[in-house]
Amino acid sequence: MPLLTLLFGINIHYAIGASLVSVIATSSGAASAYVREGFTNIRIGMVLEIATVLGALIGSIILAAILPSTMIAIIFGIVLIYSAIISSLLRLQDHENVQPDRWATRLRLGGSFPTSEGLKAYEVSSVPGGFGLMTVAGMLSGLLGIGSGAMKVIAMDQVMKIPFKAATTTSNFMIGVTAAASAAVYLHRGYIDPGLSMPVMLGVLIGSLLGAKALTRLHIKVLRTAFSVVIFLLGIEMIFNGFTGRL
Amino acid sequence: MEKQEHHIVMQEVIGNLLRTGVMLAAIVVLVGGILYLMQNSNRLITLHHFKGEPQRLTHISIIFKQALSGHSQAIIQMGLLILIFTPIARVLLSVFVFALEKDRLYVLITLIVLGLLLYSLIGNAAA
Repeated sequence: MPLLTLLFGINIHYAIGASLVSVIATSSGAASAYVREGFTNIRIGMVLEIATVLGALIGSIILAAILPSTMIAIIFGIVLIYSAIISSLLRLQDHENVQPDRWATRLRLGGSFPTSEGLKAYEVSSVPGGFGLMTVAGMLSGLLGIGSGAMKVIAMDQVMKIPFKAATTTSNFMIGVTAAASAAVYLHRGYIDPGLSMPVMLGVLIGSLLGAKALTRLHIKVLRTAFSVVIFLLGIEMIFNGFTGRL
Repeated sequence: MEKQEHHIVMQEVIGNLLRTGVMLAAIVVLVGGILYLMQNSNRLITLHHFKGEPQRLTHISIIFKQALSGHSQAIIQMGLLILIFTPIARVLLSVFVFALEKDRLYVLITLIVLGLLLYSLIGNAAA
């Protein structure tokens, strides 16, 4: 989305619409591979989807209508910088001896995932906190047309203490559903332009097919650092353009 | 054990649904895109200012009607709609999965998610 507005000078509303299309395409494409592996916790995904979809409706119907484009650009910039910092700081470690809270027990959110030593069981805590953060993640997704994957993983990994692999795959499971809600709203609002969405969607699909092959030969560490730097710089430019009203 | 096997079968079905949905959407968008480029090869389009798409590209029933009569932009929109329907179909399928497992609580939770999604598709159109 920042690429479309900053590089090609496309209006932020059309960029948000096209971006949502690309988010659904990548999420559904990746999810079809993930569900098989048994990491995705469908119960957690479904409970939290109430939060993200509700958030997406608030973001796309209410917030997008009352906030001016310059404000949206500034919020976008802040979110970019935040996720750049988080993804370079995030430590991947699984939580031990997690005590389930009342909600996790009532909703049977605990699960298990395959490891080299067989199935490993886990519990979930702080469900209301995670639910609240997910609503915010959904609002940002609906307002900005992004997947808010980073924020979803943080809510599940850091707050609810869900094991990292289950958190990332479950987050991906939810992203497509959340984006579908916002995309439907934006379609009615006339934000989704066929001439722009067509190359974006096809490009993203081809890119993700090629990328999955290339990724195995690249150093993940280098890639992540480079990606964080690019995201950080885009964030700054977005905020700058928002303040100077050049969008 | 039976439940476990049943679960694996459902995950296969859901995986196939997502793959099929995305591929179908991509093919429809591609066909619409080729037609669109053939019909508009020498027109330059600028999207710097937001005007909003015309009604024929924002209403689901009109999009399908126009796509079936061969309008290239409507065909692309129809492909995008198929893409939007894909995750929604997954939620719908999950309702049946939980119903088969006689898990009433999760049938209810999934129906809430489905209701919100249907609102985004239909409820908002009326407004």
